[in-house]
Amino acid sequence: MVPFAGWEMPVQYAGVIQEHKAVRTDAGVFDVSHMGEIEVEGPTARELLQSLLSNDVDKLQPGDAQYTLLTNDDGGIIDDLIVYRLDEHRYLIVANASNAEAVERWLKEHELRGSDVRNVSDDYALLAVQGPNALRKLGLEPAKAFTWTMGELDGVEVMINRTGYTGEEGVELACMADDAETLWDAILARDVTPAGLGARDTLRLEVCYPLHGNDIGPQWDAISSGLGWACALDTDFTGAQRLREIKERGPERKLVPFLMTEKAIPRQGMAIDVPGERASGEVTSGTLSPMLDIGIGMGYVPAASSKPGSELVIDVRGKARRAQVSKKPLYKKES
Amino acid sequence: MAASESYPDDLQYHPEHDWARIEGDEAVLGVTWFAQDALGELVHYEPPDVGSSVAKDSSYGEVESVKAVSDLISPLSGEVLEVNQKVVDAPETVNDDPYGEGWLIRIRLTSPDEREQLLDVEGYKRVLAEA
Repeated sequence: MVPFAGWEMPVQYAGVIQEHKAVRTDAGVFDVSHMGEIEVEGPTARELLQSLLSNDVDKLQPGDAQYTLLTNDDGGIIDDLIVYRLDEHRYLIVANASNAEAVERWLKEHELRGSDVRNVSDDYALLAVQGPNALRKLGLEPAKAFTWTMGELDGVEVMINRTGYTGEEGVELACMADDAETLWDAILARDVTPAGLGARDTLRLEVCYPLHGNDIGPQWDAISSGLGWACALDTDFTGAQRLREIKERGPERKLVPFLMTEKAIPRQGMAIDVPGERASGEVTSGTLSPMLDIGIGMGYVPAASSKPGSELVIDVRGKARRAQVSKKPLYKKES
Repeated sequence: MAASESYPDDLQYHPEHDWARIEGDEAVLGVTWFAQDALGELVHYEPPDVGSSVAKDSSYGEVESVKAVSDLISPLSGEVLEVNQKVVDAPETVNDDPYGEGWLIRIRLTSPDEREQLLDVEGYKRVLAEA
């Protein structure tokens, strides 16, 4: 167990690699109750969120979910979020644990008459069940990604969210905090492998999902971070004008995924050299890919070196090791 | 399969969880069961070059698990004669057999008297008991 944003979190149960492979080939469950939940309710809730969040909130019907960003005036990312439309005038925002208070504060500072922002993080537990066998083991039918419904598992009422952070099919189940243990046991009883933070990190990195605080943050704008697809630049939100300018001009640096072409494991903070420029950027996340069995990572590089195939050199504790910019995702299931 | 906990009594130990098997003026080096268990499944071994020198109490290479990097501390000074290529190719060999197939380097001793400073198995077990 390690402390993480005020929570005691399991890094691993049986071993990162074993848990990682269980999720890729079968089904695994992560306790992600540390994630923050914020409810926004009221007749102006939609208007409030549309003015602050990067994606187009108007596209959401009750039952829908959407990946979106909370951006600052420079288009930097305060947090990346999933927003669920609960009903006509009620939305649920799931934020990163360490940012939940900042998100709550930002929303409250901008609160409109007729919108109420409440941090309900302590009320909910969140368990992610992910993997090719996850739905079958839970007795669920496939459904469209980024939707949700209410349901029940062994008597526990759950919000079944078709979302995840692994690149696999699966769900994230929200329940009342008091029911968390019952739900966890019900999932394990269905022969699902418990998986920790370690596997969660290697899984998301193989499919190039950025981690806030590592790969994205307030200091990097959403376009440079490769999240322009989550920015509805035809809507007006904080930082939209700046992002339109960056998009028009083209970002100077970009967040790219890369594969090591030599045996080495990149780690956060290592310098990246590109032809003609030493220490041009920095590794923001790195690990050994359990599925590919090679080092993988993400980092910011000059735009000229951001195309797939571009050669990079990573400074691995003083040793120069070659890498190559890759397409997303780094790992893809053989079909 | 991960090995079960053991500390052979024919080895000499360094408190940084390394072992040496001394044979004449040569020694084979590796890490103890405790070290591999603390690191978890090893996924990378960065060995020294053959012919380079290693110094007692200094790092001669690195091993990595998915989440962590650890220096390899040499219990003795010497010149690297051989690197275990099997561990380079399959680092988890260290987890499977830390005292046998999972050895890391073979060296020629340059200060053979240093062996007097190493721990015997009972001494190393006391280090573990205090850890």
